[in-house]
Amino acid sequence: MKKGKDSILEHELVPKHEIAGEEEVAELLDTYKIRKEQLSKIKLSDPVIKEIKAEVDDVVRITRRSEIAGKLLSYRLVIE
Amino acid sequence: MRMKKIKGIKFGLLSSKEVRKMSASRIITPDTYGEDGFPIERGLVNQHIGVIDPGLRCKTCGGRMGECPGHFGHIDLEAPIIHIGYAKLIYRILAATCRKCGRVLLGEEEKNIFLEKIKKQRERQVDVGDVVKLVLKEAAKCSVCMYCAEPQQRIKYDKPTAYKEIDEEGKERRLMPSDVRERLERIPDEDVFMFGMDPKNARPEWMVLTVLPVPPVTARPSITLESGQRSEDDLTHKLVDIIRINQRFMENRDAGAPQLIIEDLWELLQYHINTYFDNNIAGVPPARHRSGRPLKTISQRLKGKEGRFRGSLSGKRVNFSARTVLSPDPDIDIDEVGVPEAVAKELTITVNVTERNFDVMRETVKRGKTHPGVNYVRRADGRKIKVTESNYETLADELELGWKVERHLVDGDIVLFNRQPSLHRLSIMAHYVLVMPDKTFRLNPAVCPPYNADFDGDEMNMHVLQTEEARAEAKILMAVQRNIISPRFGRPIIGSIHDYITGLFLFTRGEKRFEKEKVLDVLSKIEVNDLGEPAGTFEPSSGMGVGDAAARPIPYWTEKQIFSMLLPKGLNVEFRGKTCANCIERGEECEKEKCLRDAYVKIEDGNLVCGIIDEKALGSFKGIIIARIFRQYGEEVTKTFIKNVSRLAINYIKQVGFSFGISDEDIPEEGKEQIREEAVHEAEKKVEELIRAYEGGELEALPGRALEETLELLIMQELAHARDDSGDIAERYLGIENPGVLMAKSGARGSLLNLTQMAACVGQQSVRGERIKRGYLGRTLPHFKPGDRSSDAHGFVRASFKDGLSPMEYFFHAIGGREALVDTAVRTSQSGYFQRRLINALQDLEVKNDGTVRETRGTVVQFKYGDDGVDPSKSDSGKFVDIDEVIREAMKAEI
Ligand SMILES: [Mg+2]
Ligand SMILES: [Zn+2]
Ligand SMILES: [Zn+2]
Ligand SMILES: [Zn+2]
Repeated sequence: MKKGKDSILEHELVPKHEIAGEEEVAELLDTYKIRKEQLSKIKLSDPVIKEIKAEVDDVVRITRRSEIAGKLLSYRLVIE
Repeated sequence: MRMKKIKGIKFGLLSSKEVRKMSASRIITPDTYGEDGFPIERGLVNQHIGVIDPGLRCKTCGGRMGECPGHFGHIDLEAPIIHIGYAKLIYRILAATCRKCGRVLLGEEEKNIFLEKIKKQRERQVDVGDVVKLVLKEAAKCSVCMYCAEPQQRIKYDKPTAYKEIDEEGKERRLMPSDVRERLERIPDEDVFMFGMDPKNARPEWMVLTVLPVPPVTARPSITLESGQRSEDDLTHKLVDIIRINQRFMENRDAGAPQLIIEDLWELLQYHINTYFDNNIAGVPPARHRSGRPLKTISQRLKGKEGRFRGSLSGKRVNFSARTVLSPDPDIDIDEVGVPEAVAKELTITVNVTERNFDVMRETVKRGKTHPGVNYVRRADGRKIKVTESNYETLADELELGWKVERHLVDGDIVLFNRQPSLHRLSIMAHYVLVMPDKTFRLNPAVCPPYNADFDGDEMNMHVLQTEEARAEAKILMAVQRNIISPRFGRPIIGSIHDYITGLFLFTRGEKRFEKEKVLDVLSKIEVNDLGEPAGTFEPSSGMGVGDAAARPIPYWTEKQIFSMLLPKGLNVEFRGKTCANCIERGEECEKEKCLRDAYVKIEDGNLVCGIIDEKALGSFKGIIIARIFRQYGEEVTKTFIKNVSRLAINYIKQVGFSFGISDEDIPEEGKEQIREEAVHEAEKKVEELIRAYEGGELEALPGRALEETLELLIMQELAHARDDSGDIAERYLGIENPGVLMAKSGARGSLLNLTQMAACVGQQSVRGERIKRGYLGRTLPHFKPGDRSSDAHGFVRASFKDGLSPMEYFFHAIGGREALVDTAVRTSQSGYFQRRLINALQDLEVKNDGTVRETRGTVVQFKYGDDGVDPSKSDSGKFVDIDEVIREAMKAEI
């Protein structure tokens, strides 16, 4: 991160992105009976992915505020 | 024939070899039919490539007309021709490859990175278009080949199909299609992968044609005119041109004609083949028919709304459908549709004759073609017999088990009913047939909102379902009563409209006493079995003798009691009606049951305790009572309720009468005076003051506004005020009993603004939210001095519609009105296209049983449908439950 520049994670329009732990991912895949590839994707070059230093094949947990559901979780697979 | 299974679909280019291999005939003459009337050998309509004449047999497969699917032929082109569909790609590839060795102008390492990327994206089934684009862009930057050290020259692309090379001195040299093809041939297979192509399926040089496939005649049949003259298909015409020029090219070249003539002919051949593929190329004059009509060639057959994809494959014309004008019938149920007898006699349902329906079917056949009859019968051996005047009696006698009977539509059959534009799923719903006289479809007006139908000439389509499965599905999923709650906003979309609301409003308003006969009258055509205890009795009017039987006290029922008879027992609803004066919003206490306006609706155990019924209670889009009944009692009860309530409304409004005419907009002279003086004149004076303040430099600018903007804003505010004030005055003079006010207040039709404009003052006309200021330099019309800022110089209409507008006012009104007109026209076309794109993008998404939304590959798009898993059509205004209501109910139970 460059000096003097705020992290994009702080911006109110950027939802919370975190790298999901192995256990959490396993549970997620099991709940929905899916393979990792069946998750939505996000590119490695995405600014937020660079910011949280996620790597290819990581699963990112995104926490959004939703008018309808309150707190809303979604997951994305990091790709090249 | 053995059944074959499709394993996959492969896309690629046709090589010359392949075209020749699949060709059934090499075509060399542009002629079609000979003098004997038979197709000419090796001609464009020859018998090897399909037959369209009855009696002839295909010389390739032996099939007759209708059996032979047709076979491709080919034309050997005397010179290579650029395929117009790939012209741009050819240019990019030429620019990205070496002019000498044909290799892609990128280093080995870079190539491997790109190749790897393409391979990976392929595996993941991701489009490789962006990588290819990058390859072509990067390679085009190279100026000296890294493999053979050849200096590169700039390639120029001249639309539509010409390429030039520019050397260092800037001299241009034309690359003929033969040069282009040679260059593309030099590209090695391993480099072809870099363009996202598989050289086994698509080599770049195949984009330059040396042989042209000729579609079978079955794809371009000729038609015979009444005069006996043959009229060929547009494609055939175009192929004739191609063969002619191809031949002339050959003759000239073989005769050793000068290069210039050869090139001209080459160019001409290119033009014909270009227009053969696409007759709508920018910058190229379209090829025309002798009559001057542009030819419809391959691309035109496929593209656009009427093209093969959208017009013939995604959407087709169908059988078992009818279309006619719509008219209202409040006496039929909401899930019924009145079908004209003429339609019922034309459309049929196929019935299998079984032991159980044998007698009924025999009776039906016995009636022949008179209404509940038959049009066709199909015998057990599959033979179809048309029922006629002369054979129906014998057919009825011969009728056996196992036959099929195509009987007329009868009452109770289920059909689909549709009105375009079909914007949401409620545009097609299932109705039950009711065969009626006359020639229009009949619809209950309560079902107008979902179809967005009215009766000013609207037409609708009806489709008769042909299988049991379809009928079951329609009944369970598409029936009208299933769709009372809209999937768009979770509130009723079917409900009372217009006069129904007025009727109920008038009925439930004020305190009325109905003696028994009146009660029964107002409840006619409604099934109510018990009137219950009367609310009280009143003394008979004088004039009758004491002790007379008629002189006994007469029992009466109130309007609220009668309305309650239609409500299901156990229903509890409370809400503020439309006539509420926004007590709570204004910071006051809601008087609830004691509300002076009777605006608080309270239903307790199916009894209307207080409140006037209006649009908010029963109308489509709001319908609080309907919504509650639907959730608590289900479709059938709701359907009956809507029907009953409609009939009550009609019965009552027919009794008291209701009309609205031009004289109902009249305001007494003193009222007009008041509007002129207190509202309009006052405002105009204030506007003048504002202008004087502005010109005197005394006006202070509002924050974030220029001085002039401020002035305009304040003037607009002042004039809007004038209209509102005059509206208030008008309302006072018109009174609540005025039918216009009544309709506006009850929500039946129109608004107070509409009334204001009709009776009091039309108000400020605007364009783009500003006063009208366009026209002449510094003024809107030559009647005004330049720089005049007064209200009447900028579109303030002080007159009412009833009084009539002055010529200048009329003109300003037309200016403002035009904007509204243009806006709606633009909006509809834009939203139509937007919806098409949205549907295209979303059509394959599916809500799975686990609540996730997935696309066809199983990729999860949303973990929970709509984030909350709620189906809006089963929701309460989009919410899963109305929490407030649940709490209220629970509290009540506790006490
Ligand atoms: Mg209409
Ligand atoms: Zn054939
Ligand atoms: Zn080279
Ligand atoms: Zn109130």
